[in-house]
Amino acid sequence: MAKIQLNGRKIKLNNKYSIATLLKKYKIDSKKVAVELNRKIINQSKYKLIYIKDNDKIEIVHFIGGG
Amino acid sequence: MKKDIFKIGSEFFKSRLIVGTGKYKNFKETAQAVKASGASMVTVAVRRVNILDKKKPLLTNFLNPKLIKYLPNTAGCYSADESLRTLRLAREMGGWKMVKLEVLGDKKTLFPDMIETLKATKVLVKEGFKVLVYCSDDPLLAKELEYLGASAVMPLASPIGSGQGIQNKINLSIIIKNAKIPIIVDAGIGTASDATIAMELGCDGVLINSAIAKAKNPILMAESFKNAVISGRQSFVAGRMQKLFYADASSPSKGLI
Repeated sequence: MAKIQLNGRKIKLNNKYSIATLLKKYKIDSKKVAVELNRKIINQSKYKLIYIKDNDKIEIVHFIGGG
Repeated sequence: MKKDIFKIGSEFFKSRLIVGTGKYKNFKETAQAVKASGASMVTVAVRRVNILDKKKPLLTNFLNPKLIKYLPNTAGCYSADESLRTLRLAREMGGWKMVKLEVLGDKKTLFPDMIETLKATKVLVKEGFKVLVYCSDDPLLAKELEYLGASAVMPLASPIGSGQGIQNKINLSIIIKNAKIPIIVDAGIGTASDATIAMELGCDGVLINSAIAKAKNPILMAESFKNAVISGRQSFVAGRMQKLFYADASSPSKGLI
């Protein structure tokens, strides 16, 4: 089990998650977002390779309306 | 007449109007207004995905980034570091190199923090970004941004979202006259005639958000801005008549009965 921070919220993950499976869990289209893991941007090609650990801080961002 | 081309960096744009996508009622209205404006580039913000609401509509479903160029901004960033973080994430998302840098310095006026802006511009240029920089209407700082390698300089007309129009035509004219890169008026435009005036001063383009989004009929206002920008540009290229102190009759006096 891992306790992480996802987009500023504390979340508990019961299974082992890669970034790819985490995105799937939240029904997020990986092509439409960017992911930061502990302040480091993770390239899309690595989503399946990187597993989430305890205390990780993850940010998932996308484009919204703005001026 | 030579074809009038609008070029930023190595990219060509059909329209000299860039529109923001914030403050609309919904994404449908945003998309309709963007279409009516004829803009070929829209600014967008980078924010956290709402992980609790999986059904929240997505901007990309209404404005296809393959059909209209997204210009990611750094709205809400108050330091060079925050804005660099935002734009690096934006680049990761779309592979875009063209971005709008806006480092704010004050919550009430939303005036740019020019010291942080200069710092961030330097880094972004080094990292290969094509940076369009929101800045104050200071001619020396505008020139400094050009020296640092900005792709375009975007001085404010008046505070962001204020709709106060162009407050310092002289500074703006000096910035335009000195520049070798595009000058795009960003922020403060309130209505279509403000955009025309900016274009008549010789600006290369204008960036509009609130003036369209906050109009009673945003879609009609978007079209109005499209015409205003074209009109102002044509007027600038055509070259206005000289002002005279006294009247000069339009009809000949010869042959008068």
